[in-house]
Amino acid sequence: MPEIKVTPLGAGQDVGRSCILVSIAGKNVMLDCGMHMGYNDDRRFPDFSYITQNGRLTDFLDCVIISHFHLDHCGALPYFSEMVGYDGPIYMTHPTKAICPILLEDYRKITVDKKGETNFFTSQMIKDCMKKVVAVHLHQTVQVDEELEIKAYYAGHVLGAAMFQIKVGCESVVYTGDYNMTPDRHLGAAWIDKCRPNLLISESTYATTIRDSKRCRERDFLKKVHETVERGGKVLIPVFALGRAQELCILLETFWLCLQPLECFMQDNPFRSSGNGQGMKKTWSSCQATVCKELWGIRFSVDNASWKWKDDKYAHADAKGIMQLIRQAEPQNVLLVHGEAKKMEFLKQKIEQEFHVNCYMPANGETTTIFTNPSIPVDISLGLLKRETAIGLLPDVKKPKLMHGTLIMKDNSFRLVSPEQALKELGLAEHQLRFTCRVHIQDPRKEHETVLRVYNHLKAVLKDYSVQHLPDGSITVESILIQATAHSEDQGTKVLLVSWTYQDEELGSYLTSLLKKGLPQSTS
Amino acid sequence: MAAHLKKRVYEEFTKVVQQQHEDLSAKKLRLTKPSKSAALHVDLCKATSPADALQYLLQFARKPVEVESVEGVVRILLEHYYKENDASVRLKIASLLGLLSKTAGFSPDCIMDDAINTLQNEKSHQVLAQLLDTLLVIGTKLTENPSVRMRLVEVACKLQLHERGLKLQQAIYCQACKLLADDYEQVRSAAVQLIWVLSQLYPESIVPIPSSNEEIRLVDDAFGKICHMVSDGSWVVRVQAAKLLGSMQQVSSHFLEQTLDKKLMSDLRRKRTAHERAKELYSSGEFSSGRKWGDDAPKEEIDTGAVNLIESGACGAFVHGLEDEMYEVRIAAVEALCMLAQSSPSFAEKCLDFLVDMFNDEIEEVRLQSIHTMRKISNNITLREDQLDTVLAVLEDSSRDIREALHELLCCTNVSTKEGIHLALVELLKNLTKYPTDRESIWKCLKFLGSRHPTLVLPLVPELLSTHPFFDTPEPDMDDPAYIAVLVLIFNAAKSCPTMPALFSDHTFRHYAYLRDSLSHLVPALRLPGRKLVSSPVSTSITPNEDPSQQFLHQSLERVYNLQHLDPQGVQELLEFTIRDLQRLGELQSELAGMADFTATYLQCQLLLIKALQEKLWNVAAPLYLKQNALASAAAKQILEETYKMEFMYSGVESRQVVIIHHMRLQAKALQLIVTARTTRGAEPLFGMCEKFLQEVDSFQRCFISELPHMQGSFVDKLLDLMPRLVTSKPSEVVKILQTTLRQSTFLHLPLPEQLHRATATIIEPTGESDNPLRFTSGLVVALDVDATLEHVQDPQGTVKVQVLYPDGQAQLIHPKPADFRNPGPGRHRLITQVYLSHTAWTEPCQIEVRLLLAYNSSRSKASAKIPKCTWSDSTEALPLSENGIEGTIPFSKPVKVYIMPKPARR
Repeated sequence: MPEIKVTPLGAGQDVGRSCILVSIAGKNVMLDCGMHMGYNDDRRFPDFSYITQNGRLTDFLDCVIISHFHLDHCGALPYFSEMVGYDGPIYMTHPTKAICPILLEDYRKITVDKKGETNFFTSQMIKDCMKKVVAVHLHQTVQVDEELEIKAYYAGHVLGAAMFQIKVGCESVVYTGDYNMTPDRHLGAAWIDKCRPNLLISESTYATTIRDSKRCRERDFLKKVHETVERGGKVLIPVFALGRAQELCILLETFWLCLQPLECFMQDNPFRSSGNGQGMKKTWSSCQATVCKELWGIRFSVDNASWKWKDDKYAHADAKGIMQLIRQAEPQNVLLVHGEAKKMEFLKQKIEQEFHVNCYMPANGETTTIFTNPSIPVDISLGLLKRETAIGLLPDVKKPKLMHGTLIMKDNSFRLVSPEQALKELGLAEHQLRFTCRVHIQDPRKEHETVLRVYNHLKAVLKDYSVQHLPDGSITVESILIQATAHSEDQGTKVLLVSWTYQDEELGSYLTSLLKKGLPQSTS
Repeated sequence: MAAHLKKRVYEEFTKVVQQQHEDLSAKKLRLTKPSKSAALHVDLCKATSPADALQYLLQFARKPVEVESVEGVVRILLEHYYKENDASVRLKIASLLGLLSKTAGFSPDCIMDDAINTLQNEKSHQVLAQLLDTLLVIGTKLTENPSVRMRLVEVACKLQLHERGLKLQQAIYCQACKLLADDYEQVRSAAVQLIWVLSQLYPESIVPIPSSNEEIRLVDDAFGKICHMVSDGSWVVRVQAAKLLGSMQQVSSHFLEQTLDKKLMSDLRRKRTAHERAKELYSSGEFSSGRKWGDDAPKEEIDTGAVNLIESGACGAFVHGLEDEMYEVRIAAVEALCMLAQSSPSFAEKCLDFLVDMFNDEIEEVRLQSIHTMRKISNNITLREDQLDTVLAVLEDSSRDIREALHELLCCTNVSTKEGIHLALVELLKNLTKYPTDRESIWKCLKFLGSRHPTLVLPLVPELLSTHPFFDTPEPDMDDPAYIAVLVLIFNAAKSCPTMPALFSDHTFRHYAYLRDSLSHLVPALRLPGRKLVSSPVSTSITPNEDPSQQFLHQSLERVYNLQHLDPQGVQELLEFTIRDLQRLGELQSELAGMADFTATYLQCQLLLIKALQEKLWNVAAPLYLKQNALASAAAKQILEETYKMEFMYSGVESRQVVIIHHMRLQAKALQLIVTARTTRGAEPLFGMCEKFLQEVDSFQRCFISELPHMQGSFVDKLLDLMPRLVTSKPSEVVKILQTTLRQSTFLHLPLPEQLHRATATIIEPTGESDNPLRFTSGLVVALDVDATLEHVQDPQGTVKVQVLYPDGQAQLIHPKPADFRNPGPGRHRLITQVYLSHTAWTEPCQIEVRLLLAYNSSRSKASAKIPKCTWSDSTEALPLSENGIEGTIPFSKPVKVYIMPKPARR
């Protein structure tokens, strides 16, 4: 049974360190190669030794796909390609390719220069790694090798974020990366066609959330900013994820606010630890206070309006969004990653209940196997096809049709040819298989008269077939031969010998059963 | 006419058709073996008459046709169908097509398009009916077929059947529902439409809910299904679905309200929406501080089993639609909201929050649409303070369209608190300082705001007028637009709040008197204690007919018409006075301005005519005093101009007025003729003029024959009596006759129409106040933005032109594009266009004039619209050219000066 195997090395029932291995029809693909913010030891990178213990990974992976430039999706890339060793292609969209090295360099600086860690990848490694990157356009089908093809769809999470369809033959997997089904001001909503993949691997960060309309939030935020600026105050907006800053700028610009004193602090670390928003909030509040006091020495207030931008479900699909994407793509199976186990459980149950498809949520290192039922294309020789269609009715799309032929499986290809051609190609001699059967008939007349009676009878019954009476006293119906001899002991009993080839089995058995019923009482 | 019709009917039935099939039989057939189609073709070609062809077709129909040749046969049939003139043969062919498409193994998609085409071109009703039958057969057959195009065609076909008035069966509802999940957007889109059609046809029938025993109304089910399509993958389908939702008013209210409902949750706990929170805050009397942590914190736990993430029904359809990434979808959703809210007040109340949110949309069109929508449903709603806050924030929008739409909205909004009124006033005043051009619109807005909320304005009055119980406050500047705005609000509120004037200080009363005079359309008549009543107490409830100003208008006209037999001097004086009165009345009473101006112009013409005829020149026998005629010919010219203005500048002019106007014009032409006759020597040039004049009299008679009885004793009436004499006499005699007739003829009474408005235009931009010249390189062009409001202009796209006058006398006429005109309300238009200027280099900056012109063409006038009817039997050549061809322009806006400076190009 053909199968698709999925093993998350990271992001299985967890957020961060996205790295998912997919084996589909003999091809191995790695989806994302991220780092984990929560750890500073070896656990921050995916455990690549799962793939192989020794040596380079190039032989074991056909390609690597990076969905977008956030570090939890691409942070481990230089380590993986340069330090562990991988020389195959790495696919990402053009914007991702442009922004990714900047973020990696930032990440390296903080880890090495600030925290003083050693044994970390270097700037040169980032450069070398980026050389292996192949940029793709949205909706462009890229042929990785002869069988494996990938295609990027718009994901709307950040600039350049994409969902990827991985396809081998007629089996396919869609990996969403992070996506957003609610359009922002600078990003549209994720969109996919009805590609009906065997498996959809979806993120599920906000599996248990249905978010409010974005408009109220925008209005709230603008009002706060406006009021502050009107009072002559300054606005400090901490922006967590890279990409949110643009959204804010567009929003503010649209409202023609002159915000010269607006300072945008881009946080170093574009990743949020899930679940403890409140804690982060407090840290940031105190941080804000310090900054304000130090910089301007003025009183300040912390408004929670700005917090909603981080806290709320921006840039990720909420439960409804995930369901909407599943509805759009119509997959046969769904696999959830990039979310907390408890929340996934809820969503899994909902998906199974509402779409009646299997839903999986493997933990890190756990392999999920999905059985597929791919249709296998077979080449048929034109001669055979013509011959077969000439016999029966015209082929109908809806009805299966039976045909005789020989299936040759050679050199990884399937061909359906006529038996003669198959024999010729394989250099085999033809063997004939004949069935013979004796039928006893009570008939006191002479042999040739019996034959004549049989002949007349068959001629009357089998109108559509050519029934012939040969001069040597035998009868042929198509290729079936019938001979009559008197029984050696009982002259009143005639023995009819019926002989047919394997191919005419159907007609032959019909004839014998017909003859066994006996001849009709002669009228003449 | 009846005879004519009859003739045509006979023609239709007795047409002898000469069929030219003989030569067609020579056509080579490509088919190698004789097939059915070939035989049929030959047969049909042989047919010499419709009866023959019908016979062949009947024979043909008896025999079965093999699958392989069906298509060929169908082609042949269609070919003949197109050529066939006889309806009965076409009928038979149509029925044969239906029969043939039933053949097993034949897929009728190839003839689908043809069948639909024929449907569109067919005239005979019987054949149409048969074609529809055939299409139905094809349609049912196609349902079994999987290809996209066929599904599409099938649905389209059903829709077409519906449009043709055939009632669709309810049975196809299920099929259509299945097609909603189709892979192709066209199919889905058509299916949505089909479901909508069915829901309108069978709203009350009951359909079962799959996988349960329950049943619901079909319209509710369809509504749910279409709602579901609002989150479809293709935006085309989304737009379609959102649009159709608006027209499903029969849907039950709980389904309707679900569309705005979206259960929020956060980590599986129920959360309140921002809307709910705002409402709560409002009802608890607390201001939204936004400083409280966790005021949006999730509350109660949700039962995981009960949450339905993909609701089968309408849940949140509009929430999604309004947040869609394509603005087309958002607009469609807003439109649909509008339509549904108009039919359901409770829904209007609920959708208010969402509409208010849409005011922040990034696309101007969407904002505009939502403002308009809100205005339409404003009768059903009252704005909360926080909603008003958001609404008013839009006043800062830089687009004039949006601001004006918002002013209109505020005109008909209900505000609940006095703080709300205050807030609105403050924001409007801010708007006024930021965009002074909005003045009129803001005043108008405050007028309505005041008259709608007198009790809310009352407590604000002392603050607004900054009066103090003990101290005298300085008198505000009367010309300050902001102060006027405040006064407009207060005076309109005071109209229905008699206690308010007690709060006014002395100067307020003075200002009232001034404003009542200068801005009478904005300031109502008030009953003020201790003051002379400005108008009678009943004035608030009088009907327009009893309006004193209207009475005054009629009285002065009566006076003029009755006293026409006074001595010439007296008549002249009376006319002069009346004209002055009317002009003054027009300035004071904007609603009567059109009427007053119109009559004043008419009287002015009459006055000019009388004056011209009183000239001494007529008493001098010989045509010696060439200079003396200056006044008379100038008068004739001016009358002509004025008559064109009267005819084309007023909307609401009826044919009764047109006759009078034309009559006046005829008199002016007569005057012209007489003047010319007296001042030129020799009779030769007069021949042509006389003839032309007589032609005009003739055409006047023809055009207005029905009106002639009303014109007893008039110039034309007398002239027509003398017509036989005129035609035969010499020019000099004609002139003499004309002169006496002109003097003897009576003054025609000008009846007034119900509504008469003068076309006016105001150029808002350029303002003409700038001292900085617009510099540009000579020989190149510079674009000048022109923004103007037009009122009571019919068909502005065709008639309004922009004229640019350069100091050297050069004039340039620009035709604005039709798209530059917008129609913000009935009778009002707005022209926003760009005018390209160019000139050779000047030594110093100079002013050019920009003005708007109203172009007219007398052939387009209401009078000549009748001409074709009058001259139906005659040759149209008889029409005088002068009547046809006069084109001209009337300036109808004040010119605006623009300072420009073309610089010499640097080399």
